[in-house]
Amino acid sequence: MNVEEHAAKPLVAVHGIAIPDGAVADTPEAAAEIAARLGPVVVKAQVAAGKRGKAGGVKPADDPAAAESAAADILGMDIAGHTVGSVLVEARADIARELYAAVLADTEGKCPMVVFSAMGGMDIEEVAARDPGAVKRIQVDIAEGLSDAEAIALIQDADLGPATPAVADAVAALYRTYCETDAEMVEINPLAVTSEGQVLALDCKFVLDDGAADRQGLVASLAVLEPMTDLEARGRGHGLRYIELDGNVGVLANGAGLTMTTMDAVTHYGGRPANFLEIGGEAYTKAVPALELVLANPNVRSLVVNFCGAFARCDVMTEGVIDAWETLQPDLPVFFSIHGTGEDQAVAMLRERLGMEPFDLMDDAVKAAIEAAAEAAK
Amino acid sequence: MIVRGGERVLVQGITGRQGTFWTERMQAYGTKVVAGVNPKKAGTEHCGVPVFATAREAMDGTGFDASVMFVPPMMARDAALDAIEAGARTLVVLTEFIPVQDVMFLLSAARTSGCSVVGPNTAGIVTPGECFVGIMPAFNPSIFQPGNVGVISRSGSLGTLLCLNIVRAGYGQSAFIGIGGDPVSGTTMREALACLDRDPRTEAVVMVGEIGGNKEESAAAYAATMDKPVISFIAGRSSPPGKKMGHAGAIVMGDSGTHESKRRALEAAGVTVLDMPSEVPAALRVALGH
Repeated sequence: MNVEEHAAKPLVAVHGIAIPDGAVADTPEAAAEIAARLGPVVVKAQVAAGKRGKAGGVKPADDPAAAESAAADILGMDIAGHTVGSVLVEARADIARELYAAVLADTEGKCPMVVFSAMGGMDIEEVAARDPGAVKRIQVDIAEGLSDAEAIALIQDADLGPATPAVADAVAALYRTYCETDAEMVEINPLAVTSEGQVLALDCKFVLDDGAADRQGLVASLAVLEPMTDLEARGRGHGLRYIELDGNVGVLANGAGLTMTTMDAVTHYGGRPANFLEIGGEAYTKAVPALELVLANPNVRSLVVNFCGAFARCDVMTEGVIDAWETLQPDLPVFFSIHGTGEDQAVAMLRERLGMEPFDLMDDAVKAAIEAAAEAAK
Repeated sequence: MIVRGGERVLVQGITGRQGTFWTERMQAYGTKVVAGVNPKKAGTEHCGVPVFATAREAMDGTGFDASVMFVPPMMARDAALDAIEAGARTLVVLTEFIPVQDVMFLLSAARTSGCSVVGPNTAGIVTPGECFVGIMPAFNPSIFQPGNVGVISRSGSLGTLLCLNIVRAGYGQSAFIGIGGDPVSGTTMREALACLDRDPRTEAVVMVGEIGGNKEESAAAYAATMDKPVISFIAGRSSPPGKKMGHAGAIVMGDSGTHESKRRALEAAGVTVLDMPSEVPAALRVALGH
């Protein structure tokens, strides 16, 4: 779950990293009023997406009139699929150095990793690709925490002079933020050192670990949803992850891995999947709303149902699909492949109630669905 | 991370609906379930074994080698610490949606105690013909048969599909290791590969990956050092790319995560990468030479 800059900055601020004075505006006039109070400002699009600067969503403004005009340009802009609804108007800092700091999970090390670079700013990925030595990383034992010595060691090559202790404190504060907010990732780029030696977070990207949303209610309430279609929103209401695609073969499978594989098979054999939708894990009992969702997409011309039951029981899932099928009575060809836990009962039910035989191979069910979709499109 | 038939297994959360359903199946298959845990039902018996309040008490009562957790996400960390502190040698964590920092914390404790963790969000481990620990259809003979092919999978359902294709080809499995779908796992794909490389019963490995993360790329570096043939299927070639916030992930992983990146890394390491799971039989015949 992503948190926008204006909401993320206070999260690092309460843990001890200073942030510029600023406020959010959703009209150009409001932006001008904030600028009148702050002097020279930066006007920044509030969307949970990277590369806002490159997209033209960040503009400096020396006076209220310039802030008003910058906000007028930025509001309503589309950045990576997000429509800009508000801007952060923030006092402009007098920057001496631009650093980079982030904390995220190191999946191979199975522990938090702190990343730091003396070369912060817009193109940190390019820096990392061009000069890997310019980006320092350390692994932290989460049971021990980040020690002062580790924080100092991480930044010592940056040649920060008298700002060294303040930057080390900021890195430690960022690590505390990560732990106490259950962040999946928290990144400050740039972490600025001003000409007066103050350390300031000029931007903040924050992603909350979805699994921790329940115990991080306040942080979760700050998160913004990814832009989604009506059907995707409807899926979300049922607790189902549904992604609408541009094809005509509806896909219903259990587990993200098998669902992606079924979509891969549709593509591999020359068809186009209409959706991603998985009902694995605890969601395997939600076959009824899941099927309704797949059928609600008007582009769907055929359906492939591919179950490989491990935890998710084929008998429970198949019963749900058959119940929904009998209720909705869709005029649509459907092709099944069913294996794994509960397979025998599921196949028996399919024969008895729908008079259908599942395909042994997923590939054959998919091919039949592609052919049927092509036939229906004629 | 391969469990043998003689190992004693504890089931944490044995009395719940899923705990009961899968304990019965594990027992029917031959898994030596010796005890269960439920703090509210300590002193009773369930599925024919004693129920204890904690894993520590179970260790004192019956002893156990491995524990499998049917425990909700918010209670998983404490349950895992209980099993680790009790002296579990292997811990299979089935739970999905455990906060990542809880996972890192319990893995830190496991590292200190020398306990090997499989999961979280895994479907478990299977040694066909001997036992299984978790929620895989080990008992379905068209999916699992004793054999010489080691299988590693992030996903239980997709792992099931690949196992089906292995058995269809007339082969069987030496072991199935479900590493789980979470970003931070107790057993990485690379570690599972190293385990099967050392396992004398395994003559070839089928590695089932997915787009996202860098587990496959990291495993590829190990595969390059192996003599045993490795075959891989990576799901998600046709999935739209996910959007990621921030640059930290990209800095750490480069362009890892895409299907192209994984395929390139695996093929450079000499791994046979399949377009479809149904190509497994032909690939195994080439790999094993019969």
